[in-house]
Amino acid sequence: MTFSPSKRAVRALRKRGARTAAFALVITFFTVFFAFPLFSIVARGLLSADTPVVTLFADLFATERFRRVLWFTVWQATVSTVLTLVVALPGAYVLSRVAFRGRQVLRSLVMVPFVLPTVVVGSAFLAVLGPRTPLNPLLQVVFQDPTFTLDLRRSVTAILIAHVFFNYAVVVRTVGGVWSLLDPRLDDAARTLGAGRLRAFFSVTLPALKAAIASAATIVFLFTFTSFGVILILGGVTRATIEVEIHRATTQLLDLPLAAALSVVQLVAVIATLWVYGRIQRRVVYPAFVSERDVAQTPRGVLERSFLAANLVVMALLLALPLLVLVERSLQTPSGYGLRHYVAVFTTQPTTALGVSGAKALTNTLMFGVWATLIAVSIGTLTALLAASRQSFAARLLDRSLMVPLGTSAVTLGFGFLLAFRYLPPQLRSSAALIPIVQAVVATPFVVRTVLPVLTGIDKNVRDAARVLGASHRQVTRHIDVPIASRAVLAAAGFAFAIAVGEFGATVFLARAEYPTLPVAIFRLLGRPGITNFGEAMALSVILALMTATAIVLIDRLRLGNIGRF
Amino acid sequence: MARRPFDIGVIVFRFRSGALLASLLLLLVACGSDDGATLPDTAAAPDGEREVVVLTHDSFDVSTDVIALFEETHGITVRLVPLGDAGTALNQAILTADAPQGDILFGVDNTFLTRALDADLFDPYLPGNFEQINANVLEELQAWSSAAAFSVDNPPPLVPITYGDVCVNYDKAWFAARDLAVPTDFVDLVDPAYRGLLTIMNPATSSPGLAFMLASITAFDDEYLSYWRQLTDNDVLITNGWSQAYYDEFSASGGDRPLVVSYASSPPAEVLFADPPVDEAPTGVLLDTCFRQVEFAGILNGAANRAEAELFLEFMLDIPFQEDIPLTMFVFPVNTQAVLPDVFVEHAEMPETVTSFGLLTDTQRDVFLTEWSAIMLG
Repeated sequence: MTFSPSKRAVRALRKRGARTAAFALVITFFTVFFAFPLFSIVARGLLSADTPVVTLFADLFATERFRRVLWFTVWQATVSTVLTLVVALPGAYVLSRVAFRGRQVLRSLVMVPFVLPTVVVGSAFLAVLGPRTPLNPLLQVVFQDPTFTLDLRRSVTAILIAHVFFNYAVVVRTVGGVWSLLDPRLDDAARTLGAGRLRAFFSVTLPALKAAIASAATIVFLFTFTSFGVILILGGVTRATIEVEIHRATTQLLDLPLAAALSVVQLVAVIATLWVYGRIQRRVVYPAFVSERDVAQTPRGVLERSFLAANLVVMALLLALPLLVLVERSLQTPSGYGLRHYVAVFTTQPTTALGVSGAKALTNTLMFGVWATLIAVSIGTLTALLAASRQSFAARLLDRSLMVPLGTSAVTLGFGFLLAFRYLPPQLRSSAALIPIVQAVVATPFVVRTVLPVLTGIDKNVRDAARVLGASHRQVTRHIDVPIASRAVLAAAGFAFAIAVGEFGATVFLARAEYPTLPVAIFRLLGRPGITNFGEAMALSVILALMTATAIVLIDRLRLGNIGRF
Repeated sequence: MARRPFDIGVIVFRFRSGALLASLLLLLVACGSDDGATLPDTAAAPDGEREVVVLTHDSFDVSTDVIALFEETHGITVRLVPLGDAGTALNQAILTADAPQGDILFGVDNTFLTRALDADLFDPYLPGNFEQINANVLEELQAWSSAAAFSVDNPPPLVPITYGDVCVNYDKAWFAARDLAVPTDFVDLVDPAYRGLLTIMNPATSSPGLAFMLASITAFDDEYLSYWRQLTDNDVLITNGWSQAYYDEFSASGGDRPLVVSYASSPPAEVLFADPPVDEAPTGVLLDTCFRQVEFAGILNGAANRAEAELFLEFMLDIPFQEDIPLTMFVFPVNTQAVLPDVFVEHAEMPETVTSFGLLTDTQRDVFLTEWSAIMLG
């Protein structure tokens, strides 16, 4: 096909125009809905201080309490990240490379912990790790001590276990997504050349996964760095993260200078983390991806089967047990087990103005979740395309900037929204549309992190081969790039949905009485004494988990015609 | 030069799906900044319709028929905006004082009163039914005003709407089963006989926790530091939030400890929400350990609907709203003419008199919290 020079110029211009427009769109979204609110609240705090800004920080670092909090924050985030990788990487392998019945569904189900409110999960963990845990008989056998009783309440161990629980899915989705595309022949080749199983893993597989592991580790680190509910509920009263301190300074003390200074410290730490992440990414080897659909193999031999079994046990104990505690509590009524609480949340019509009917909370949650997913997938995919198409400084900066919300205090962002948009007309500043937008701000980086490694990993040789064989640029895009990318985009959608539904910290500042979501309804119920309130809160939590599980299973199953297959 | 592996221009403009994606995105962004048809707008009454926007804390609630009564009587739409816990709601109001989010703020309690008053958030107004308010709950407000009694010429910045007590609750069955006498006051709580039985909340993160701390300061005056040390020695358990203490630690809800800081209205709530119904509350209240919380509401400076706000503030003190309070918010009405529901008459215990802490300033609170943390959290 030939083009006249003028046509070619128009095309180039159009392409450049598209790129610029995409850039502008992503930057506008990020600036308006993240950077500007954050800047508003931090600037207000720093400027309202009686002392010069330098003194503010000097004073902060001079207090022993702050240094302790900073150290604990960094320490627990680092340990949580390492632990999560250690526990979840084998899980990611099993769920992406080992064929067994129910693998696909399990891959979707591990996302459920993500959406549950920390107050509910915290309570379940207190039961699992407390003296009346159902694990006692098992542990008594393991330790050969019939009197052994577990009690990890109010301990650092409880915090770490809960962090692994919440972040298991991050590793499974981010690393597993790439792992499932990795060409098994690479590994086979290494083994044929005489490498052992481990050697092949460390010299072939691990380098290929490095980018994805770095992504997952960064996300987990940022998440646990800003941990709030888990620390308050499971850590007891003596432990605090910077996030806890920001929350206290903002919502209780109304010490905005202190809150702003703490937010800046948090931001600096986040940027430092992203810088380290960038350094790792720079030396990444892009793996060759396969074009077959499924690379999973049935486990062979005792070793592989035991490995699979061990991972399933970990998932059962770590992920399923706390959820089962919730289910059990939701079924518990004074007259034995029954569905009474479930019937109540759907049939009792709220008689109070802020009462929440279960059905309405469910539809609200779904509606906001779907909108947030659409926004996050759009913005995230655009960013991934930009970053993959042009390794420019601007694209890299944009990609990294989108990660910052993950490590930003939810309460700072919530108050920032309030401050930044306060002069807008009331119908805009209190519009319900802000809810999915703020959820999308948090969900977008997950989309980028899920899609980008896949895009950059598409084997250049495959594309070149297609070109050599006569395929046009357009055909290459249609038959190679789009199918591979869309599979990643779909995987990202499930991820984004879970993040959006589970986002609570910032959403709660924007939630309106007319639009209670499930987490809001659960909080309201748990704020009141009375057995039925507690039971209904547990029932709603289980419904939230079921809804999320169903949605993710469906999204994961989604194949747009033939596009998902390649 | 190596060709770029990916080309955004091609994706966005060559393919319909891409174009669709882009237009969808534009639509979404438009929704965020525009009154989108897809997400019904929560604000803005239609032109000509009157409304009042009431900012509240998360524990606020009222029956729908009570709101409907106001809306029908005055032709004014009521919009309720919950803003988080009491501290968070107040701080949000202070932060947006120059462009208030609503017309009325409900939920400033007596521990946050001076902060609200110092911030000069409220536009004073004297509702017509002000004199029906129980004089006891006006103490702190009057103390701050220091002038003569409130009147039309000297209107109060805020008016009390509800009050309730934070007291130690006990599990009746637990004490009955062990044949152990129920403790009665603060001194009993540090008696070795009751060692390891009490759960309290961190006053820095929980408002009943703060109330219990202030009650102990009122009771022990200058000796409060040594009282806290004795509490620690007697193995008191501290949690960060009320729901954890009440649902995870309190023996009446399946925990191990039979004493917990909660509300004097928790026993009637246990009766009301029991299933199947019960004749007697499973929990009781130690009446000598109480702190009285009074919750206020006021019209915000710069309220867009000032006239409507005045009507609603007066409505909040009227009988229908006041009699609705016990069963929606589980606190007591300040209007002396309001009749209590049966479940409150039968099961709610209330101390005859509660010594008021007086006005608590932010500085005092900081000092107490620092001292408390040093002793209790080490």
